[in-house]
Amino acid sequence: MSDARLEQADRTNDFAFKIGTVNGTGSASANGLIMQAIFRMGIPCTGKNVFPSNIQGLPTWYEIRVSRDGYSARTPEFDLIVAMNPATYERDIAEVRPGGYLLHDSSWPMTKEFLRDDITFLGVPLGEMCVREFKGARVRILMKNIAYAGALAALLSMDLDVIRGMIQEKFAAKPKLIGSNYKAIELGYDYAMEHFDCPLPIRLETMDATSDHVLMDGNTSAALGCVYAGATVGAWYPITPSTSLMDAFKRFCERFRKDSETGERSFFIAQAEDELAAAGVVVGAGWAGARAFTPTSGPGISLMSEFIGLAYYAEVPSVFVDVQRVGPSTGMPTRTQQGDIAAVAYASHGDTKHIVLFPANPQESFHMAVEAFDLAERFQTPVFLVQDLDIGMNDWMIPKLTWDDSFAPDRGKVLGAAELERIEKFYRYMDVDGDGIPYRSLPGVHPKGAYFTRGSGHTSRGTYTEDADEYTEVMDRLHRKIDSAASEVPSPAIEMREGASVALVTIGSCDGAVREAADILESQGVPVDYMRARGFPFDTLVREFLDAHELNFVVEQNRDAQLKRLLLTETEVDPARLHSVLDYGGFPMSAAFVAGEVAERLGLKVEETRVRPAAEEPEGAVA
Amino acid sequence: MTYIPKPAVRHPGLGANELGLHLRDYEGTISTLCAGCGHDSVTAAIIQAFYELSIPPHRIAKMSGIGCSAKTPAYFVDEAHGFNGVHGRMPALATGANAANKDLYYIGISGDGDSLSIGLGQFCHAIRRNVNMLYVLENNGVYGLTKGQFSASADVGSRSKRGVPNKSEPIDPVALALTLGATFVARGFSGDKQQLLPLLKAGLMHKGFAFLDVISPCVTFNDHVGSTKSYLYTRHHGHELVPVDFVPIRSEISASYEKGSRTSITMHDGSMVRFRKVPEDYDPTDRLSAYEHYRSLQNRGEVVTGLLYLDPGGEDMHDDNATTSTPLAEMAYEDLCPGSEQMDALMEEFR
Repeated sequence: MSDARLEQADRTNDFAFKIGTVNGTGSASANGLIMQAIFRMGIPCTGKNVFPSNIQGLPTWYEIRVSRDGYSARTPEFDLIVAMNPATYERDIAEVRPGGYLLHDSSWPMTKEFLRDDITFLGVPLGEMCVREFKGARVRILMKNIAYAGALAALLSMDLDVIRGMIQEKFAAKPKLIGSNYKAIELGYDYAMEHFDCPLPIRLETMDATSDHVLMDGNTSAALGCVYAGATVGAWYPITPSTSLMDAFKRFCERFRKDSETGERSFFIAQAEDELAAAGVVVGAGWAGARAFTPTSGPGISLMSEFIGLAYYAEVPSVFVDVQRVGPSTGMPTRTQQGDIAAVAYASHGDTKHIVLFPANPQESFHMAVEAFDLAERFQTPVFLVQDLDIGMNDWMIPKLTWDDSFAPDRGKVLGAAELERIEKFYRYMDVDGDGIPYRSLPGVHPKGAYFTRGSGHTSRGTYTEDADEYTEVMDRLHRKIDSAASEVPSPAIEMREGASVALVTIGSCDGAVREAADILESQGVPVDYMRARGFPFDTLVREFLDAHELNFVVEQNRDAQLKRLLLTETEVDPARLHSVLDYGGFPMSAAFVAGEVAERLGLKVEETRVRPAAEEPEGAVA
Repeated sequence: MTYIPKPAVRHPGLGANELGLHLRDYEGTISTLCAGCGHDSVTAAIIQAFYELSIPPHRIAKMSGIGCSAKTPAYFVDEAHGFNGVHGRMPALATGANAANKDLYYIGISGDGDSLSIGLGQFCHAIRRNVNMLYVLENNGVYGLTKGQFSASADVGSRSKRGVPNKSEPIDPVALALTLGATFVARGFSGDKQQLLPLLKAGLMHKGFAFLDVISPCVTFNDHVGSTKSYLYTRHHGHELVPVDFVPIRSEISASYEKGSRTSITMHDGSMVRFRKVPEDYDPTDRLSAYEHYRSLQNRGEVVTGLLYLDPGGEDMHDDNATTSTPLAEMAYEDLCPGSEQMDALMEEFR
């Protein structure tokens, strides 16, 4: 949007800002405080962590987008940057949009070369004030963070009572700290009120749009899904950005799965020696009848591939949660990407193909986590829940999760002792029902259920073979089995718009940016249809949607157009209908990028990067 | 594997065990290993051990990786579930299966390639985790299926079939198990069933990680002059440190108590291991003493066998985890799902 229009537009509850700090200095709690305060004021907001692969001392940022319209995608246009890290002053100052603001610690002079005359510098002597008011280096550093939160409260018109309430909650167990935190908030707040024209045009105003919502990251919600699905065995090897998933699972289990009297725990978590072992534990547990899962990321998927093939061929239910990060190799562990789409779809050597679920936000992560276990047991195969760092580690506003107590898990075709007793002979891999799914038995249940599970060639009777026909029979059934899951995985999310002739097709966390881009395009006269793939193998609706549009823009976050390739391989759609829109630098996708790419391809001039309000006349808006 | 059905012949002179089952009921399919393979003798001893312990066949879980050793679970206890997984990763499968159902008898059969090369890490970590299982390493110092390459347990100077000497230091699984904290460490010889049987039985009844290294000569690739894992070499250099008997709790009253028994150790379930003729300065329940003794005999070029170390403490990974008494795989879903009320309450904490 042009600067002039931005100046004129009502920016209340519609802006983005970010806070640049040094990691390991405790700024996360101050940033969380700010984010939560906005949320509690009833205003839709999203928080993104942009952090280094490091423990202490490197630059880190927290980005908050406030959107009264509920848009959740990352925006790279910052109206305000809080620059608390001198090491990134130059970069932070350069990133403020013209007409925007830079809040910095004025205890020390700002480097003159960095100054810009098209933005407003708001200097607050945070360091100086905290040195004066607090004792001890650590406390001073921590309170400086709280003090910038106070300054923001004044500048953005945050509700101080909300902030005080949160501080009280946070330090309920350590009441001594409440006073100092109040004090720090006031230091920043009072200084800003006294020296600046508060609030700024970018400001907050209480709404009522978040009361049915929560702030949650997708690793937490996926972990909760595992708990609600009845998973009892979790195995893992720590890896960014999936680690917090197992941390959350453990926390929830300690709370919900521990007998308050005996202390006995109905879960088992194995921190394995590597991802190979983690996968093995999951496969072993699945074989023995427990619902088991492992959270990991791309490098872990590479290591687990051997066991994934075994689980596919020996037909062992197992759930793999892939929180994607930037690859290849070690890549950028703390940046987001959708680079594992192709890898998980056919993970392992030989002919393999897997059921994959692609959530777009933490709400879907929860529900799909539950579904993953049902699918794994119904189809007796590995199931992948593929999210990414953006979903997994960032703070999303999602509708409160609810649970239907009538839910009964689908444990699949498992023969119990009585059933085994009745049958004459049990053959593990026989297609008794003609649906490609054989019957399973669990160890220890009945002598008749015993069979020899193996990753080597086997017959439908479960015996070893090197015979071409016997081998092929099982492989063909497996093919039918996995393909039949296409109608059982979550169907694609589709939104059709009046008059649309082209379509945006996407996957996972690109969802927010793509739907916002669709709004941007429509507000400027280009309605587009929308489809987001949510499950693999692809439902027939996917092919039908692609065929119904001459031009499908396939929007995804990887270099090699992995979703597009998968669509081409699996649906045999005419390649001319698919056009890639790719962004893979490691940041969550923005609507402006998607709209810009589409507009360029269509030969349109779409300069606006925000949705034009419907009621507003375009001409009249420009002063 | 065989394509010939095994004849249903009952061994003469062997009656039914406490479950009314015969030795035949603990057998598997016909072995496809080479004639004279040490592994087949181990298999025979395993069959005997399960039979004598009267363990219900379907309560046994047979785990293995890849290699000649990994094939052997098919050759014993047909009515047990078996899992022949991937190379060197049997410990992870066993850990997971045991996590899900701790009430089964887990026996893992591995080899020196499977345990000491590709699966060395998994082997070590299964010990650390103290998985309740008997881990049998059929140790022949050679890769059989791929035709005779040295394994990591081959001794320095040991010669291959073509006469090439091994120059790399061996990894000694017994020393490793002792240092990593295995709660039961033993070594047997496939050519000595009399010694092997009580070791297998004690290992199966031991609660925690029981490690049993079995020198099991490869008749095809490593049973020649110059090999240190041959029948002849093992017979000449074998040193049974302490002869042991295993006395199951059920038969204790009727068991004959041999003269000269020096140490009796009661296992977690009340059964006993009797050490006979224990050397004066050796305490099989003291890890350091066991290690020193083992090393000193080994330095004299002896292949030390017997039950070398035993911690009868009777704890395993589930005790560390405080896992509920019902196996996790058998828990009712209602007892695992926190339900809607908890969910609603939880959501308020994310506001």
